[in-house]
Amino acid sequence: MQSVHIVSAYDEELKYLSKRIAAMGGHAERMVEQAIAALVNADPGLAQKVIRDDAVLDEGQREIDDKAIIIIAKRQPMATDLREIVGAIRISADLERVGDLGKNVAKRVVAVIEGRQPTSLFRGIEALADLALTQLKEVLDVYASRSVEKIGLVRDRDDQIDAVYTSLFRELLTYMMEDPRNITPCTHLLFCAKNIERIGDHATNIAETIYYIVTGDQMPAERPKGDKTDKIVLPATLPAK
Amino acid sequence: MADMGGTEQRSTAQLVATRLWNSRWLLAAGIVAVLTVYGFADMTGYVVLLACAVLLFAAAMLPAGVARQSAEDAAAIEAGGLQQLSGEYLAAAVADPLIIFDRTATIVHANAAAFAAFGGIAPGMSLSLKFRAPEMQALLDSILSGAAASDVVDYTEKLPVERAYRVSASSVGHGTDLYVLVFKDQSEARRIDRMRADFIANASHELRTPLASISGFIETLRGPARNDPAAREQFLQIMQNQTGRMARLIDDLLSLSRLEMKPYLKPGTEVDLCQTLDSVIDSLGPLARENGVAIERDFAEGPLNVPGDRDELFQVFENLLENACKYGQSGGRVVVTISHSDDGPEPGIDVTIRDFGPGIPEEHIPRITERFYRVDVENSRTQKGTGLGLSIVKHILTRHNARLSIKSEVGKGAAFTVHLPAH
Repeated sequence: MQSVHIVSAYDEELKYLSKRIAAMGGHAERMVEQAIAALVNADPGLAQKVIRDDAVLDEGQREIDDKAIIIIAKRQPMATDLREIVGAIRISADLERVGDLGKNVAKRVVAVIEGRQPTSLFRGIEALADLALTQLKEVLDVYASRSVEKIGLVRDRDDQIDAVYTSLFRELLTYMMEDPRNITPCTHLLFCAKNIERIGDHATNIAETIYYIVTGDQMPAERPKGDKTDKIVLPATLPAK
Repeated sequence: MADMGGTEQRSTAQLVATRLWNSRWLLAAGIVAVLTVYGFADMTGYVVLLACAVLLFAAAMLPAGVARQSAEDAAAIEAGGLQQLSGEYLAAAVADPLIIFDRTATIVHANAAAFAAFGGIAPGMSLSLKFRAPEMQALLDSILSGAAASDVVDYTEKLPVERAYRVSASSVGHGTDLYVLVFKDQSEARRIDRMRADFIANASHELRTPLASISGFIETLRGPARNDPAAREQFLQIMQNQTGRMARLIDDLLSLSRLEMKPYLKPGTEVDLCQTLDSVIDSLGPLARENGVAIERDFAEGPLNVPGDRDELFQVFENLLENACKYGQSGGRVVVTISHSDDGPEPGIDVTIRDFGPGIPEEHIPRITERFYRVDVENSRTQKGTGLGLSIVKHILTRHNARLSIKSEVGKGAAFTVHLPAH
């Protein structure tokens, strides 16, 4: 990874940064996982725990920012080291956002579980969350192994996430049109789905940052957008079944 | 006893030989001296022989220093039996994943089981970057800070396949600055619990519909239709269909649960895709004929082997081909293609099953592998579908590290491509 510096404390500091990023990543993954579990299993207790846990991530981001600034001031880093430090600041910001999105899903649990929704909706959300979490896990694994050649695969998943999100969007709209009583929970679920889709986007951002840290180049820009929800219009009346 | 006596004798002989060998230079010098004296002085041969015998005897008798030396050698060899044994061999002999790391949580060594369980680990990598879960971070912290000499936590990985471990960490020896993590796989016990819960949830939800219809018909048969033979025959037929559906549903749920139960795939077994697909096509021949569908083959040349489990891959292709025959019936033909795909990021083999039926609307494609997700509920019911076929396919492929991609255009058919990585 990093080459050895004459001042070993410098190495220690850089290592500490990446260790903190990994710990934040682990926390963010766990929060999203638990928020989805709380939603699918209708568990407000678990949702409360997720909401409380968000403080850990906020604290982590502040600490990484402070440390990074101190390192820049003290060591005047160059090249890889500088990229490593700036990258850590960016990644911790992305992870903190992932935590916020997870917390937002957890906050909606109470509103959604009031009227029990069809299980197929939760399956859709679960499938979406599995994709987003896999993407996050793969990205953080690449951060650990620095094998950037795997990043292409990670970005491909973003298309799948967008496709599932588009499909869920359509399904939720249909439910709302079927019965106005569905509108409250379905709107909340729509936001949950949007949050999860955003988590995927943050994972993609992290992937790009890692690519930059390791290679020093920006990742080639080829991001096809699969999110077509901006074009979805359902007919005002449902076709007779 | 005789054996022991034999051993003793042999070792005595060995000891004498060793001593003679150890004092060979002194001995040679002594004999040369005796011979020199013999050359100059006027002595008889007997005296010379006697002198040589005395010399040999003295050498063979225990000279104290040499004996201590050889005793120390023996002790060193004995202790070396464990101390000099390579830690690598020892780690390799452990069946559970085992990782040795140093003070900075950097991986020093990981055994083969660890590589198989957590792909993408390598010596020199930081352990706390790979195992990011909060409980693992706490475990590493407490061991490395010296707060505890050994510690145990439960650690669960949810993706890509759910796995649960009991992880124990402890320091190796005294003052080596090395630590060891051992993972004990608890997935099976955990899965059995979950399987029960999942099975009941899924079964109760999906079995309710056919059950309600059966009980409705029984009521009718006992009441209004009691004396109507034609209606009775019709109702019994419907009831039979419904019970058949319930049986299929239970079969599928069970095979899905069984898949979820099994731990990750055993490495080392290879599957011949040509042969597997041939037997799948043979077994579905009757169904294809019944539906008026012709199955065409287009297999690439050369060996088409991939690592995997034959029975599971058989089920994947069986489910896909069955779907193609049922839902792509109107196209009249199904094409099965095996081809090499070497240009992607992961070289491997692609198997494509293409039908020419009505196709799948775009908005359903990302979700058709979800449990009980049906594109067209009515059509699925008439084709005796359970809504679990593709879910099983996806599950097996995840375990094989393989990918399923679906391309379809409404009105032109659908193509299901399974990409199996070569390694």
